[in-house]
Amino acid sequence: MLEADGLHTAACSGGRYARQELLPEIGRAGQAKLRRAKVMIVGAGGLGSPVALYLAGAGVGTLTLVDEDVVSLSNLHRQILYAESEVGTSKVEAAAVRLRSLNVETDVRTHACRLTRENAESLIEGHDVVVDACDNYATRYVLSDVCAALGIPYIYGAIEGFCGQVAVLCCPPCRRTYRDLFPDEDALRGMTPFKGVVGMTAAVVGGVQAHEVMKLLCGYGDVLAGRLWTIDLRTMESYVLDI
Amino acid sequence: MKVWVNNKEVETAAVSLASLVEDLSLPAQGIAVAVENRMVPRTQWADYALSEGMRVVVVKAACGG
Repeated sequence: MLEADGLHTAACSGGRYARQELLPEIGRAGQAKLRRAKVMIVGAGGLGSPVALYLAGAGVGTLTLVDEDVVSLSNLHRQILYAESEVGTSKVEAAAVRLRSLNVETDVRTHACRLTRENAESLIEGHDVVVDACDNYATRYVLSDVCAALGIPYIYGAIEGFCGQVAVLCCPPCRRTYRDLFPDEDALRGMTPFKGVVGMTAAVVGGVQAHEVMKLLCGYGDVLAGRLWTIDLRTMESYVLDI
Repeated sequence: MKVWVNNKEVETAAVSLASLVEDLSLPAQGIAVAVENRMVPRTQWADYALSEGMRVVVVKAACGG
């Protein structure tokens, strides 16, 4: 009866989160957890755009964005946070304007810098979850090492062309890291990345990352802890692999 | 023998995961390999025996974001 009343209230309140509060996996209790949560998004590009938009929309209380880059014209086919008028301006500043206009209840914090081994710990400390939306191998090893040391779940995501992958790493009690997945740091850092990608790959993979954050924060479903999900959008071939 | 690599049937003379990776001309680094949906650490590839019908998945590292 109590649950039914809760559902009724959520459906009738007309509140901005009513449609997700209707879900028993989230409800009012989950919504309160989202409001209290602090999520860091490293990279405000193709993946960072849907991750930030969906988490702000969902009512995550604090979003911290880290990116040193400025918006360029070749970003716009996939980086849906930005508009033509913002080309040449700071990504995190433009993103903050967009996210605050979407949800005034989300506290958007920005760092217009690159996350490095030197500043990573002080930037990450105090967050509940870190989302990897960066565009290089070097930062991924730093994120994994620092999140493992701090015991903060690290939502790994990466895209190339039509393919993408997501894993939840450094997530106690499962302590698998990015190094367990790809141990060859020197070789990876020496590789020249292929930059071809369609916007939809970022949309699909960023959407999955954002939803893993929702699952972790609200405590429902089977989080991809210590598992890698892969998708090839050309064939829709998909795997979930134990790391 | 026949094994499955990323959902495609492959005929191979390889007897280990390491020789399969070589047989398929895959790069030695920047990939992860799973058998029956479980990642096999690179250090075990040489000793990991292939068997008929085994399901192998090769995942390429990606760095875009």
